[in-house]
Amino acid sequence: MTTAAPAKTETLLAVRDLVVEFGGRGRPTFRAVDGVSFDVRPGQTVGLVGESGCGKSVTSLAIMGLLPKRGNKVAGSATYDGTDLLTLDDREMRDHRGRDIAMIFQDPLSSLNPVVSIGVQVAEVLQRHRGMKKSTAIAESRDLLDQVGIPDPARRLKEYPHQLSGGMRQRALIAMALACKPRLLIADEPTTALDVTIQAQILNLLKELVVDSGTALIMITHDLGVVAGLCDEVNVLYGGRIVETASRHEVFARPRHPYTTGLLGSIPRLDGSRSEQLAAIPGSVADNIPWTSGCAFAPRCSRALEVCRSEAPPLEQDPTAMEEHTLRCHNPNPAEGGEPA
Amino acid sequence: MLRFIVRRLLQAVLVMFIVSALLFAWLRSLPGGPVDSLLGERATPASRAALSKQLGMDQPLLVQYWHFLDNMVHGRFGTSTQVQTGADALHIFFQRLPATVELSIVAIVIALATAIPLGYFAAKRHGGLLDTGSVVLSLIGVAVPVFFLAFVLKYVFAIKLGWLPPSGRQSADLDATRVTNFYVLDGLLTREYDASWDAIKHLILPAIALASIPFAVIFRITRASVLEVLHEDYVRTAESKGLTARIIRGRHVLHNAMLPVVTTIGLQVGGLLTGAVLTETVFAYPGLGDALAQAFSQRDYSVLQVLITMAALGYVLVNLLVDIAYAIIDPRIRTR
Repeated sequence: MTTAAPAKTETLLAVRDLVVEFGGRGRPTFRAVDGVSFDVRPGQTVGLVGESGCGKSVTSLAIMGLLPKRGNKVAGSATYDGTDLLTLDDREMRDHRGRDIAMIFQDPLSSLNPVVSIGVQVAEVLQRHRGMKKSTAIAESRDLLDQVGIPDPARRLKEYPHQLSGGMRQRALIAMALACKPRLLIADEPTTALDVTIQAQILNLLKELVVDSGTALIMITHDLGVVAGLCDEVNVLYGGRIVETASRHEVFARPRHPYTTGLLGSIPRLDGSRSEQLAAIPGSVADNIPWTSGCAFAPRCSRALEVCRSEAPPLEQDPTAMEEHTLRCHNPNPAEGGEPA
Repeated sequence: MLRFIVRRLLQAVLVMFIVSALLFAWLRSLPGGPVDSLLGERATPASRAALSKQLGMDQPLLVQYWHFLDNMVHGRFGTSTQVQTGADALHIFFQRLPATVELSIVAIVIALATAIPLGYFAAKRHGGLLDTGSVVLSLIGVAVPVFFLAFVLKYVFAIKLGWLPPSGRQSADLDATRVTNFYVLDGLLTREYDASWDAIKHLILPAIALASIPFAVIFRITRASVLEVLHEDYVRTAESKGLTARIIRGRHVLHNAMLPVVTTIGLQVGGLLTGAVLTETVFAYPGLGDALAQAFSQRDYSVLQVLITMAALGYVLVNLLVDIAYAIIDPRIRTR
């Protein structure tokens, strides 16, 4: 946030002006994340929302230090508990990962090692960060699998990923992530690859185990339904920049950025008439223009003005809002038009 | 797992049966035939007919094949006519076997110990100097003919520099005690360490020549496989757990990357005899490959038959072991 709002309470993670560029070896550099700043307070759930390609996953990988080193440039800072994670060397970062900050990924099958048993994959985190012996770690893993709601955990410990259902695999990944009771969990589209019925179960599990236990959560998603159920604060990303930040309640009640209203409008409604068309956002992220030549969303925006195509809007506090609500737009939706057009 | 092994064993028996039929057909269709090779070209028709009858060659083909199979199953391969005249062909095989096994073990150890670490680090530093260098080296490994490499090694290190012996298995003047006919092992068992050391020195050059192709092939497969595995989601998961580099390398990268490599190792071990024919000939190393080359050029049918049968059997057994190893390291096959 460029508006230097004083933090209400202590911050667990402060991301400032994060820039990630891919390139090198003759390829043109591509700026995937372009000056993203946000805060996560202890126990808070923060959503990073946007379409694929908006930079939300890259942001999380940069914070975790998981981007390939070669050809990529990461700038800015990500201060966790007083330490800038981006300045740590590989060894120091390994000590933080899995212990203080953990992560769960989108596709639970490909995210699990196919040739190592579930038990060992959970236990190895405990052995690494809590110095447990293998037998103790396996026993603890059994309890962890039990906590994430895997039935018959003693049997599942010895099984391999291909023997588990999709929901169980994601539960196992959550068990691994929570094994060392991290203070921050990053969930990158954790329900996207799952059946709808399982999605709800996993979200409930996250709510129960993470949110209710006081672990802070960064929820990366394109699904505003997930945001509605889980997040305290929402950051909407477009083209590598945050275009709107507000509390969950504020975003759903008074979305100001045309992109946010577009995301809200593309959710089908049960009470709408069947002949009514879904409000799709025209174009795709591929139509992105860099922020240097105006607003990146302008080519797809129904409210775009002349100025939008020449000058990138700054991120500013919405003067009509009663609480903190920042947005990056020259011509936002009318303040009172709470419902999406 | 037991069912898996039994099923594979039955398949192996079937393969050996097919091999025996092919071998029978092939031996019968060789120009000349055993009668000519035993009696020479100027034998009288009467003596030819008598020998044909004695060898059972006047009987219908199917009956001949039945005898052929029956003899083979009972280990009766006949006597050698040329390679070691009068000796039992199976005896020649067992006499020569330790030499080739010893050579093959050293060759495959050299190949694995260099190809797998080099393949891993080349992939890890993809596009770097080590990667480019070892890819070129492996290209040379597959491109240079084994006999040529053997000659060059022999010329440079044995003849010009004189560091290593140019031929044989052991220096004749050593008079070492024989126990198992594995010379290196014999030296250790009898505490004649100088005999072991002498045998090792005789093994180095032929083993390097023999290792060149397996090295090149295993290196390339390891490199390609590690490159692929490094981009897998589960490696990123392992990194996100903050595991040590050692655990990630062993448990998450190499374990998965070894799956295609193990299959390749099996094929390469099975194919070592081909290389051994060339290497053993160049280094006058008295093993199976050397015997095979002699039996071929001198039409020693009994020896050819025993060597080819045993080579096929060896190939089948090695691949059986590979399948079992594969099932051990890949639970998706074991627990299906």
